[in-house]
Amino acid sequence: MADLKITALHKHYGGVHAVRGIDLEIAKGEFAVLVGPSGCGKSTLLRTIAGLEDADAGTVEIGGAVVNHVRPRDRDIAMVFQNYALYPYLNVYENIAFGLRARKTPEPEIKTRVGRAAEMLAITPLLQRLPRELSGGQRQRVAIGRAIVRNPRIFLFDEPLSNLDAQLRDEMRGEIKRLHQDIGTTMVYVTHDQIEAMTLADRIVLMRDGRIEQQGTPLDLFERPQTKFVAGFLGSPQMNFIPARMIGRPAAALELAGGPTLAWPGSRDAEAAAAMGKDVILGVRPEHIQRGTASLPGPGTARHRASIELVQPTGSRTYITFSLAGKPVVAEVAAHDAQRAGEQIDLDIDLNRAVLIDPATGVVLGSCSLPTVAPLT
Amino acid sequence: MSDTPLIPPRRFFRRSGVRLCLRYLAAAVITTIFLFPVYWLFIISFKTPDEIFHFPPVWYPKSLQFSNYYVLFKDGDALTVWNSLVLAGVSTAIAMVLGTLAAYSLVRFKTGGENLAMWIISQRMMPPIAIVFPVFLLYVYLHWVDTYIGLILLYTAFSLPYVIWMMRGYIEDIPIELEESAFVDGLTRWQTFWKVVFPMARSGLFATSVFTFVFAWNEFLFALVLTKTDVVTYTVQVTHYFGGQSNFWAKIAAMSVLGTIPVFFTVAAMQRFLVRGISMGAVKG
Repeated sequence: MADLKITALHKHYGGVHAVRGIDLEIAKGEFAVLVGPSGCGKSTLLRTIAGLEDADAGTVEIGGAVVNHVRPRDRDIAMVFQNYALYPYLNVYENIAFGLRARKTPEPEIKTRVGRAAEMLAITPLLQRLPRELSGGQRQRVAIGRAIVRNPRIFLFDEPLSNLDAQLRDEMRGEIKRLHQDIGTTMVYVTHDQIEAMTLADRIVLMRDGRIEQQGTPLDLFERPQTKFVAGFLGSPQMNFIPARMIGRPAAALELAGGPTLAWPGSRDAEAAAAMGKDVILGVRPEHIQRGTASLPGPGTARHRASIELVQPTGSRTYITFSLAGKPVVAEVAAHDAQRAGEQIDLDIDLNRAVLIDPATGVVLGSCSLPTVAPLT
Repeated sequence: MSDTPLIPPRRFFRRSGVRLCLRYLAAAVITTIFLFPVYWLFIISFKTPDEIFHFPPVWYPKSLQFSNYYVLFKDGDALTVWNSLVLAGVSTAIAMVLGTLAAYSLVRFKTGGENLAMWIISQRMMPPIAIVFPVFLLYVYLHWVDTYIGLILLYTAFSLPYVIWMMRGYIEDIPIELEESAFVDGLTRWQTFWKVVFPMARSGLFATSVFTFVFAWNEFLFALVLTKTDVVTYTVQVTHYFGGQSNFWAKIAAMSVLGTIPVFFTVAAMQRFLVRGISMGAVKG
């Protein structure tokens, strides 16, 4: 049975239809990440689950019971907010104990549970400090401590790492993942950061304009996006989109708008047939364009000689930008594969892993025929 | 280059030392200007009539005359301070409770939309003298002249717009997530109000209550018109010592000192919150 079930949920803010008929089931112990751009309705959905917003239509079920008219305090949830929401006039111990006191938990038990939570989050030495005496990361730990100490049925996280700097964010991300592994409670996590979504989630729920665009395991979404939006949202640098036309002379090939023609892999006939004679958008991830070092490109790979326009080394990898069919295209190559702008190099574009998108609907053509990858467990 | 200080150390300290002296001097002069009238009032209350009018002035009396205070207590005039205390204290308490709840409602429930808050504060802009006569007639009709209830209600009504306006600003400053977090943690709206909103707005609450109290404490016009004998306030009582033939300066001074004491202690007790509360408001605007 699903720990959390949302059925046909709608929510309006004035004239804005923020959540438009969401259906979602989250299993017990699952780590679900709601991700999407600003204004996609992910935070509204989370707040509706928490009971901080009322649904206009549809139901929210927690543990099999409809909770639409149940107050937040009685939903057996805990929530971690973006700005930590620590009470500045209470020390760390009292902040963590706040929810237990509100529920009239006996004092010895409060002491035990706060101590255990503090130990788990390595904040025991900070228990007597006020929130203003803590760093951002420590405050976020306290906020998480306040949530876990209550041992709720579901944890809700509303962009908890957004206020932290990059290094601390990486560190805390790992800690949240480890926490989930340790306690195994159902977690619903909202973020706009696709890296956070990819690294944390058992399941990503990618939202757009108040609807679920696609949901699945992180690699499922990454490798088998069903729409251009999903393909473009996940992955950094973003997937390259190049206008093209599928032609069949003599074998299937992609004629890029005003550019070269690339032979389409024979292993992907189904997509070629679906797109034959039509305009499409070719979607290629930067990491699927590599420097061509062999004398001939591999099967399903098209070679293109390009003049590098921009080189951005990151240390481990280097991003290069070149023009293809008049569009700037980014490739992620090995660190030393490109040195400077103006250099001419051969690039192999792996069309086995590319996607074809219908420009009118934004839907990926026959994406289900891509090689499947085992989902995360 | 970076090791060379911009100003040589000795010159720097000499300059900063002189600057510090000038600052202390300015502070001392300003403090004297502000404190001298208070001192003079205080010392007059302990002088004999001869000392009060003596020239050159007597800076401090040879012996302290407590008789001025004794007379005030013996005649029952000192009770007017108690009246002021009751009127100001009770009206402040009621205005703070109602005003804070109203401000919370304005901020969190958007009660009355965008314009209600502005309408409320606009009530404060009316000159009180414009309504003295109608209020007097109404109070005569209601038999509220010279009663505690009459002036308490009036002072509460005058203070409420100010309290609502000020508390609205302080409550707006409280992140809503703190309240939402409390709801999720298990508190009701009322519990959240007392356990989260109240402590968060404490500085503003105390600062506002001090100003409200002082307003009611200093109020003269309505106290003069709406009291006769029973609830005369100390501000009205002081005027009784200004006679056609002579002024009783010692009694005026003693009464004024008595009237200053409660305000002095109120402000002293709340000073910590007062400074923080005012500066919070200043930053927020």
